[in-house]
Amino acid sequence: MHIVVCIKQVPKTLDVRIDPVTNNLIREGMESTINMFDENALEEALLLRDKFGGKISVISMGPPQAKEALRKALAMGADEAYLFCDRALGGADVLATAYTLAQGVKQLMPVDLILCGRHAVDADTGQVGPELAELLGWPQATLVHRLEHDDDRITVWRECEEGMAVWELPLPAVVTVGKEINKPRYPTPIGIIRSGKKPITVWGAKELDVDEDKIGLVGSPTRVTRLFSPERTSHVEMLTGGAEQVASLLVAKLREHKIQV
Amino acid sequence: MDFKLSEDLELWRKTAREFTDNEVAPYDEEMDRANDLSWDIIHKMSDAGMFGIPYPEEYGGSNMGSLAGAITIEELARGSASIALTLDAHWLATDPIYLFGTDEQKKKYLPDLVSGKKLAAFALTEPGAGSDAAGIVSTAVRDGDHWVLNGTKAWITNGGAAEVYVIAVKTDKTKGARGISTFIVEKGTPGFSIGKKEDKMGCRGSVTTELILDNCRIPESNLLGKEGEGFKIAMIALDFGRACVGAMGVGTAQSVMEKAARYANQRQAFGGPLAKLQAIQFKIADMAMGIEAARLMVYHAAWKRDQGQRYSQEAAMAKVFGAEVAMEACREAIQIFGGNGYSRDYPVERCLRDAKLLEIGEGASEVLRMVIGSTTLRQFA
Repeated sequence: MHIVVCIKQVPKTLDVRIDPVTNNLIREGMESTINMFDENALEEALLLRDKFGGKISVISMGPPQAKEALRKALAMGADEAYLFCDRALGGADVLATAYTLAQGVKQLMPVDLILCGRHAVDADTGQVGPELAELLGWPQATLVHRLEHDDDRITVWRECEEGMAVWELPLPAVVTVGKEINKPRYPTPIGIIRSGKKPITVWGAKELDVDEDKIGLVGSPTRVTRLFSPERTSHVEMLTGGAEQVASLLVAKLREHKIQV
Repeated sequence: MDFKLSEDLELWRKTAREFTDNEVAPYDEEMDRANDLSWDIIHKMSDAGMFGIPYPEEYGGSNMGSLAGAITIEELARGSASIALTLDAHWLATDPIYLFGTDEQKKKYLPDLVSGKKLAAFALTEPGAGSDAAGIVSTAVRDGDHWVLNGTKAWITNGGAAEVYVIAVKTDKTKGARGISTFIVEKGTPGFSIGKKEDKMGCRGSVTTELILDNCRIPESNLLGKEGEGFKIAMIALDFGRACVGAMGVGTAQSVMEKAARYANQRQAFGGPLAKLQAIQFKIADMAMGIEAARLMVYHAAWKRDQGQRYSQEAAMAKVFGAEVAMEACREAIQIFGGNGYSRDYPVERCLRDAKLLEIGEGASEVLRMVIGSTTLRQFA
């Protein structure tokens, strides 16, 4: 079984600041880490490999520093790592990212399963996984809490509004997972030492065989016109009168703000 | 000269820090109040491969080295001095088996100790002999192909929790330090029992007990090293132990400095944050300088060990200095926290209670100053 895990390097703190001029995330001086849900995706891949054997390839699109995240993934136990890194890939939105990853996956074929985190904690879109499945023409399941593998199929338990849905998918497929599915392992010292000997292959636009119109800023239909932190305001209104009067005023106020009472 | 840690060590430091933040620090207060060790944390440390850092792969370790070991202790101490102490004491007993054990002893004991499946404890101190280690009075007397051990050991970290004990006793009462030998004694051996559990001021999440040897018969094969070599073995084991205690000082000081700095940035007084006051800035500056110096001393001592060089002097220096940096940082952190610092609702008073141990255990500051001073003086005699 060949499993591909998609990871993204994100700032360690969730307290992200936005540059008011460039609208970009301020990354200077920020420690980076693997997006937490992507670690769950990798852990699930490791559990599957422990049980059924096979190989895990970790892929990421990002700047050269993203090698650090890939190195950690290798230390956790992944077999191979690929960084898709090229100036031409910069400024990609979810669609251009999914396209780039799909082109990378095609180079790694045959692939049986792609695991992704449910969303990245920095941008919070949750679209790359599903779009990757669409571009590859594979079935997909998102927000998966539990996964079982049997022969050429997987069974997944996925979160939906009213409870859980159990699906069967033929392989190859794309699955996105949340933190409920497992607890990611820590890299062990021995894993760290061994990871130093595993290769991190860097592929640019040429190696990925991408259509230049579909990558980076050029290939991104989404345009961010403005990013801002919401202004936080608080307003206190004191209700006066007798207990009954205050209570009915309060209920009226809550209803006014569409809060069910 | 290169002050940069290797990529492996950087990644390991991050891992140890993440582990400490998630699995250790949140439980330190609970362990302190319960006056007990958390086996749950020990098992997780074992899964994470922490026990095997300084030992070779043939015994299940990762052979990452002593510097990696010191970094592990430092990062653990950032979240819990008690947990760092438990690992330090474990290595203090594992090291002599690794360095002086016969092949049989190593094969028998090291795999479980290196994996952390079993804890180990090292026993030298007695009710009547701490810093004056050569003054111990416990004995071992040969009886055929056995040794019979008698006496009481005191202040033994991991006492009761450990399955394997390295115990130093007198095999020749007519001699001082040269009359001491070390033995491996397993928990459950008839005549060997765990005595009183200490109700300590700090590091309460690490267990400390007496050990009682009452006609404890052990086979000759449990003698560790040669007869009469015990004091030397103890001193060599204590070298790494002392580097690790220095690392505990660095981690403890780092932890309280971070807490004090965050508090000073947010606490308002005289129309602004405490951090704007020079008196507070100076305290933080002293902490930062002490930590920087102590960390370099600890890393240098551990690095020398990794290079196979003698490092007793450097380990002693790192231990005394690291302990005092930690103590001073805790004192000043409480001062910055003011009344809140004096409350058990805030963690800094616990750190101070923990840090005090570092000036006493594994060679008190005074006795180590004697060692450092006399070694230095000899160089100019």
